[in-house]
Amino acid sequence: MSFFDFAWQWLTTAGHWSGSNGVPARLLEHVEYTALALVIAAVIALPAGVVIGHTGRGSLAVVSVANIWRALPTLGLLVLAFILSGGAAWAWVIPLVVLAIPPIMVTTHEGVRGVDADLKDAAAGMGMTSPQVISKVEIPVALPLILLGLRTATIQVVATATIAAYISLGGFGRYILDGLATNNYGLVAAGAVCVVVLALVVQFAFTGLARLIVPPGLRQRTRQS
Amino acid sequence: MSWAFSNASMLAHLLGQNAYLALVPVLAGLVVSLPLGILSVRWGWLYPPVLSITSVLYAVPGLALFVVLIDYTGLTDLTVMIPLGIYSLAVLFPSVVEGLRSVPDPVRQAAVAMGFGTWRRLVTVELPIATPVVIAGLRVAAVSSISLVSVGALIGIGGLGYLFTDGEQRNFTTEIVVGIVLIIVLALITDTVLVLARRVLTPWQRTDRRARRLASRRAALAVTAREASQT
Repeated sequence: MSFFDFAWQWLTTAGHWSGSNGVPARLLEHVEYTALALVIAAVIALPAGVVIGHTGRGSLAVVSVANIWRALPTLGLLVLAFILSGGAAWAWVIPLVVLAIPPIMVTTHEGVRGVDADLKDAAAGMGMTSPQVISKVEIPVALPLILLGLRTATIQVVATATIAAYISLGGFGRYILDGLATNNYGLVAAGAVCVVVLALVVQFAFTGLARLIVPPGLRQRTRQS
Repeated sequence: MSWAFSNASMLAHLLGQNAYLALVPVLAGLVVSLPLGILSVRWGWLYPPVLSITSVLYAVPGLALFVVLIDYTGLTDLTVMIPLGIYSLAVLFPSVVEGLRSVPDPVRQAAVAMGFGTWRRLVTVELPIATPVVIAGLRVAAVSSISLVSVGALIGIGGLGYLFTDGEQRNFTTEIVVGIVLIIVLALITDTVLVLARRVLTPWQRTDRRARRLASRRAALAVTAREASQT
């Protein structure tokens, strides 16, 4: 039997769709981890990216720091946070937030920084103040890229939230780690399939979101320079 | 600190293993993504489907890939290296395409006018111009790979990641911190080597700040576009 047969067999067993270890319950946990980590990361990275992109100060630092930042090993941060917090259940938040920050920060910064100088001049010429230029021109123009960064971060967090199971938490990682521990291949396969499907759903959701909130005049500009 | 010194030989071994497990797949990813990228620029229709495939693979959690591969490769280095190679490919492929697309049309036309054939143009004009963007992709791929190796520790092949699982079991934070620091050091060294390589390979960028800025922007976006379209 192939990987997909195993996954299919496990997923089509009715008993696996209810209870605290059922797919809906694990899905909810997985989405919960992802959402919380993303909100925290966005609260940190979005304003920072906008400010650095707007002022142009520290731009060079963003690129190099963001790159080395990616080296922070998720598993290491997880176990460290777990031990230092005295085994707190929220320890999974830290590695996931750390993971989500670079993509959001880099795209926001690049997006805001890349706004055409003529546009900003025109906005200032119309009498807009600096905060108005940021909120009415720079952020809307950068929006496609900002969404790209958020989507990237979300997908990475969805794929990585599996390791929360390592500190005895839930989410789809439970299936993968439990399956690994008990040599239950079907369980591992099902866990992997669930994560990939969730990542695909996120992908589509963000595409839809971009259609909804990106101003119509900017939709063709996603691919700049 | 004294723990780190008294275990220096073990740490050196793990560091070497980590570098090997992480960087060989990046090279493999580069070797595959170069021709794939060149073909995708040549025939534009090839790009979206290849991008979607590499992107879906990128969304598969590393741990799940390891476990799936154990069936085929057993508990060998390959089990960890194949997923890392796939991730590297997913990062590098759009960088190669984006890099080749960054070649300005007049430059390409000038090469044609000078009588350069397809191959000569590719090797002497297009690939050198694409180099900064490709190297930016390599930096992300290499650094991520170095960090991702540690997840392999959950199946017993994880380079410095061993320090995390072992430290967790022994409730020993020093060991974990040393592991994190060594991974960052390894990433910093690798990153620096790549930046130096870019300087050596693209001497014209040294004098042209604007070109460098444009290249770095394009690179950053290529990398994110890859990450974002990873499904």
